[in-house]
Amino acid sequence: MTYEYYSSLALVSSVVVYAFAMFAHAAEWAAARRLGVAKPAARELVDVAAAQMSPEPVEGRHQPVPDPDSNAKTSPASSRRVEQLGRMGVALTVIGFLLSVAGVVMRALAADRAPWGNMFEFTITAMVFVVGVYLILVWRAGLRWLGLPVTLLAAVGNGLAVTVFYVAVAPLVPALHSVWFLIHIVAAAISGAAFNVGGVMSICYLIKKRAEERGTVRGYLIRLPDSHKIDLIAYRFLAFAFPLWTFTVVAGAIWAEYAWGRYWGWDPKETWALVTWVIYACYLHARSTAGWRGTRAAVIAIIGLASFWFNFIGINLLVSGLHSYAGI
Amino acid sequence: MTTIKTREPAPESSKPAPQADLPRLGWRGGLRYLWTQLISMRTALILLFALALAAIPGSLVPQRRISPVRVTDFINEHPTLGPIYDKLGLFNVYASPWFSAIYLLLFVSLVGCIIPRIGVYAKALRARPPKTPRNLTRLPAYAASETADSDHDVLDRAATALRQRHYRVDIRDDSVAAERGYLREAGNLVFHISLVFVLVGVAIGALFGFRGTSVVIVGQGFSNNLTQYDDFSAGARFTDRDLAPFSVNLKDFDVKFETGPVQRGAARLFRANVEVTEGPGAPPRQEILEVNKPLHIAGTKVHLIGHGYAPKVTVKDAQGNVAFSGPVVMLPQDGNFSSIGAIKAPDARPERLAFEAFFFPTAMLDDQGPRSIFPDALNPALFVNVWYGPPKVETGRPENVYSLDTTGLSQLKEADGQPVRIGLNVGDGVNLPDGKGSIQLDGWVRWVKLQIGATPGVPISLIALGVAVMGLCLSLFVRPRRVWIRIRSDEAGRSVVEVGGLDRADARAGLTEDVAELAAELSRRPEGVSVR
Repeated sequence: MTYEYYSSLALVSSVVVYAFAMFAHAAEWAAARRLGVAKPAARELVDVAAAQMSPEPVEGRHQPVPDPDSNAKTSPASSRRVEQLGRMGVALTVIGFLLSVAGVVMRALAADRAPWGNMFEFTITAMVFVVGVYLILVWRAGLRWLGLPVTLLAAVGNGLAVTVFYVAVAPLVPALHSVWFLIHIVAAAISGAAFNVGGVMSICYLIKKRAEERGTVRGYLIRLPDSHKIDLIAYRFLAFAFPLWTFTVVAGAIWAEYAWGRYWGWDPKETWALVTWVIYACYLHARSTAGWRGTRAAVIAIIGLASFWFNFIGINLLVSGLHSYAGI
Repeated sequence: MTTIKTREPAPESSKPAPQADLPRLGWRGGLRYLWTQLISMRTALILLFALALAAIPGSLVPQRRISPVRVTDFINEHPTLGPIYDKLGLFNVYASPWFSAIYLLLFVSLVGCIIPRIGVYAKALRARPPKTPRNLTRLPAYAASETADSDHDVLDRAATALRQRHYRVDIRDDSVAAERGYLREAGNLVFHISLVFVLVGVAIGALFGFRGTSVVIVGQGFSNNLTQYDDFSAGARFTDRDLAPFSVNLKDFDVKFETGPVQRGAARLFRANVEVTEGPGAPPRQEILEVNKPLHIAGTKVHLIGHGYAPKVTVKDAQGNVAFSGPVVMLPQDGNFSSIGAIKAPDARPERLAFEAFFFPTAMLDDQGPRSIFPDALNPALFVNVWYGPPKVETGRPENVYSLDTTGLSQLKEADGQPVRIGLNVGDGVNLPDGKGSIQLDGWVRWVKLQIGATPGVPISLIALGVAVMGLCLSLFVRPRRVWIRIRSDEAGRSVVEVGGLDRADARAGLTEDVAELAAELSRRPEGVSVR
């Protein structure tokens, strides 16, 4: 009872803190608008792709420092303000992350089992993975420019979880009493987190690409790496997520063989997991085919993300199937 | 949109196009053309998208194989749309010709694409790393450094350094060519070939496998022959001799439901104690059958997939003789196990008796009518409507045991014309009006629904999937890279080590660093200098 109460309290607080982090990043973006149009040379602030793999510390790797040459009109004061707001956003995100980890852990203690038994618990766990991966990237590779979309995702995700998806702690139905409960759902949560980060990056890619083509790279967009690099990072996330998602589907099939006596029954959830898999397979094939790289691949990645979300929310709430259990 | 304009033919060029430019294909050429189109990556992409799109309707429209009742309901609710959907195969998407066409074409395209690539890969495996390009500075990564060693030494050291980094190395006249990451394409090929084996496993399961269900009342048993199945489906190559002669006795069945405030009524425990006999004369063994823990008996799996209630009733006829006695399986209609069924006493004399029966494990009777408010049997009650009629000639024609065919029967009515409705708690017995007989609820037992089946292809599919995931990881994470190292003399006569590198796959990082590191390492003398 008390654990459950404090878990909810921590999660609600995490939503509020993530929202504040989002405001800080939004203010950062707004403040950066005054930085003006970048010269082409100033666009690449951080060589993210190189920095991530190299063992040596690279100058400017931890924080994307504002380029002094970027614009003569840029005052050091406004640059400093952008920097302060950005740091504030990250600091708030760390607090939100700790709160949401505490919420998940206490939920597990309250239920006395792994906290993945329903939509609410799955969402809060997946959000821990999303924000955790983001914070590692900020720390290791200076990807702070992802702050606004990630905090938005985290605030909305945890917000939906505590309002719409919330169910009180309860034991599991017998169909979930299986070791595959741990394997299948953790794999789904991690690959889901990577799909989400990859999808967010693909959206950033499209925005940046458009601005580059129109020659209107100004404001916060200057701080994003050039579109080619965003594309590469998005690809890395999706290339990591795809085999894991394959494993998730296979693990689900094995579990279904134990629990329901058939490994594949075209249950709506299974069908959409396959649809998602096929769309990301399209993404990988599109990239290996000349001419489909970049924009078209990014659009496919976003369609894949939409399919993932529909499978998670739409199928659970709109369609009845074997995966609808435990209230929501 | 500007490209469209340029493609539009100009007015003066609209005369007949010169035919001579196009070679005649003939039927052979036509087939070859179709084949190259089919195995092209673009077609594969389109087929993949088509597969994703085609799978969607099956998740939104009810499917015959999953929920036939909902299909019937859908057709009744949509008299126009229903038959159209039916014609299009939308109630059976995953066995429909168009869905099969898409995935079969996809697999043909896949095989057609993979087989030539195996040949190409086999050649590439035997080939030497490609020749050193003339101008290394044009490569995506380039670094140079001076060296004081002899050319020969430097090239030797370069070869060693590259071998340590798992490159395949080829020493040429004044240069070293090296390549690594051959496993990427191997992984790619393995992944795609494994997918074919997954399909082969599925096909074997569909041809040789079988699956059926049987309802077994607690205290009774199941023996594995066709007559004991309630429904049964098997592949084309299955014969009933393939059924292992085992039997399963259901000794008891524990069920627990959530009684707390959260998710009240949700299932918490299903555990069946069974006695398994592998074949005639074999010693029986005790086993526990649970959800997620199927029984494995002689290559056959027995799953617990459902349960329900069977009220025990005794029906006596007008002459006071027992016309029927025993448990009657009732089919649950909702989550609280409000169940319906039919109690038939065809041997009652002078008139046969039959009852439309409703069983409620936790009965609640109010103005909404009788219903069950909890799935466990806390307050079981049986409600029946009574039918009677002249004895029927035994035809041997099978009839549904769960529903009552009222042909030739009349409903028993009160004096005021209302149908007689009888409610019974456990132990209650009621005499029917007009001396037609009596009915008594003696108690209730549970029944379980067992699924018995074998899917022989599963191990093949499973191994293939494991191999596929490993191949996929190789094809995504191995980084093919080519590096060339050349010794050149500059204008001052000093030896310069040039290192050039090229990544052959997308999204690779660290090429510049690796090339710079190699150049720096080769400029040093090996002795007395720590590399790291």
